[in-house]
Amino acid sequence: MSLDISFIGILIGSIMASSVPLILAASGELITERSGVLNLGVEGMMIIGAISGFALMVITDNLFIAIVGSMFSGVIISLIFGFLTQSLLTNHVATGLALTIFGIGLSAMLGKNFVGIPGKEFPILFSSLRESIPFFGPILFGHSIVLYFAFALPFLTNYFLKKTKLGLVVRAVGDSPVSASNQGINVIIVRYCCILYGGAMCGLAGAYLSLIYTPQWIENMTAGRGWIALALVVFATWSPIKVLIGALIFGGITILQLHMQAIGFRIPVQFLSALPYLMTIIVLVVISRDSRKIKLNTPTSLGRIFYKEK
Amino acid sequence: MIKIEKRNDVPMALYFFTPFIAIILTILGGGIIFYILGFNPIEALKFYFITPISNLYGLSELLLKATPLCLIAIGLSFCFKSNNWNIGAEGQLTFGAIVGGGVALLFYNQEGFYILPLVILAGAIGGMIFALIPAILKTYFNTNEILVSLMLVYVSKLLLDYLVVGPWSNPEGFNFPETRQFSDSSRMPLLFEGLRIHAGIFLALAAVMLSWFILYKTYLGFQIKVSGLSLKTAKYAGFKGKTMILVVFMISGACAGLAGVGEITGPIGQLHRMISPDYGFTAIIVAFLGRLNPFGIIFASLVVALTYLGAETAQIFLQIPKYTGQVFQGMILFFLLASDYLLFFKVKILNLKKNELRH
Repeated sequence: MSLDISFIGILIGSIMASSVPLILAASGELITERSGVLNLGVEGMMIIGAISGFALMVITDNLFIAIVGSMFSGVIISLIFGFLTQSLLTNHVATGLALTIFGIGLSAMLGKNFVGIPGKEFPILFSSLRESIPFFGPILFGHSIVLYFAFALPFLTNYFLKKTKLGLVVRAVGDSPVSASNQGINVIIVRYCCILYGGAMCGLAGAYLSLIYTPQWIENMTAGRGWIALALVVFATWSPIKVLIGALIFGGITILQLHMQAIGFRIPVQFLSALPYLMTIIVLVVISRDSRKIKLNTPTSLGRIFYKEK
Repeated sequence: MIKIEKRNDVPMALYFFTPFIAIILTILGGGIIFYILGFNPIEALKFYFITPISNLYGLSELLLKATPLCLIAIGLSFCFKSNNWNIGAEGQLTFGAIVGGGVALLFYNQEGFYILPLVILAGAIGGMIFALIPAILKTYFNTNEILVSLMLVYVSKLLLDYLVVGPWSNPEGFNFPETRQFSDSSRMPLLFEGLRIHAGIFLALAAVMLSWFILYKTYLGFQIKVSGLSLKTAKYAGFKGKTMILVVFMISGACAGLAGVGEITGPIGQLHRMISPDYGFTAIIVAFLGRLNPFGIIFASLVVALTYLGAETAQIFLQIPKYTGQVFQGMILFFLLASDYLLFFKVKILNLKKNELRH
């Protein structure tokens, strides 16, 4: 196999595609966590998004409805988490775990009749430019609209958090819910909104997998990507731009591992598959050692229950 | 009108009663889901919760599944009580099974009374070592134990996959992803002829007794409970926080490792890819449902084991996918957490008319 320039272009394009679900889910979770809520249900919300997107595509034959529906189902399932943690003040970690277990079970139940049905081709944009421009063509063009959205999302998230009033409100609620509440901000409502937004993005991330990346429904098809997305948020020290970089690194490892297998590289594939997880641990160790670095963006009240005496 | 007041202290009777509310609500919720899916809810629930345990074989299967759940949950209760979020028990189970299984494979063509104890010990040590990774990273590098313990689950499963496909695969196994069968000396003794229930259940019961003793009768148990209630108090009292974190993770990892070794030396008898249907994750629910209390955990492990068994029975008789088990497990935890609201808040229903008259 020759490593010519056009091959590298195609490689980069496929790395981008594999990082999309991570970017979407991690960007959503980032907003949720910035408001002080730790939702470990990312994997569960993603898998629900994946099955509902695919099921809606099969039933309605309309990809737009499928995409919007997957986001909506992410919102619905995250509403369970929101109601429990915000209205009934339950522990964030336990509730999130329950959401993941519940989501995986429910998705397999709903998806029973959708196993083995072939997916539909998702429209790609600028496909002619992809072929005609060497190297940059496969990188910049010929992707689905969801990919372009995903790559814009970290920048939009960054702008939202740093430059808008609403972003400031979200950060204030995450850093000091008590003072935010004293300023007249309804902490619970803000956190509800952030949880539901996170659910929508995780739903979309799931739908990207079942409609675009590998267009079919397979039980448990998110295969731990939700947990990687969660790790990515910490990896990125709650900074949206670093989420993008981290997702590309993880996507890169996934793709590299496939190609090394194809070349017949001598390292067992299981070791390559374990790399993203080991990388996450190493990065966690490196960033957590420096407490100043991690405190810079960490929402101070992350995972803590807020209760206001009425 | 409904008025909600914060309670000053948690009523103990209610604390142990709400898990029952959660179970009843889960059964009702399950009935509704079955109805939506087009099944007769009463019949489906009967196949789920009654048919599986209406004969001796079923009861043996229930205890067989409850054993690893109980063992892991007992270990987790040490972590959760002291505010350490070890959610990677599945990885510790897998690594314990790898180490224990490795020892069993060393003796695959030998017999001897000493082999099984060695295998069990190796499994416990394996789980312990694997749990020490997140513990050491947490204590010395301030790393989040939730993410590290979880990432290690995937690492351990990939390691197991590598071993059973590669170096440890059965040379006479036609390239199936599995190891040789263990020798009879590496197998847990069966308790009854024709039933799968094995001596591993005594390990679980011993763990229950031992954990009760440690938690309620020793200084270590006292430290664990105080640290769980208030880290500040624990610091003022001069407890060695780091040592305690390492100890609770080691206990938890050893229990998960024992559960893993119990599975491979019990019903399975070799190593292959699917040694655990996520017992390590489900045990988290067991620990909560049992209120982190050793005897509560026995009860909870039986209830949750029934969701596994019921899902299998319902799949056979009604073709309901067996994943409904996870739906039930998730619902139990949802309802349990939700009903905890009643512990901390008093819901009063006021009579509106009387109030108005008074004004």
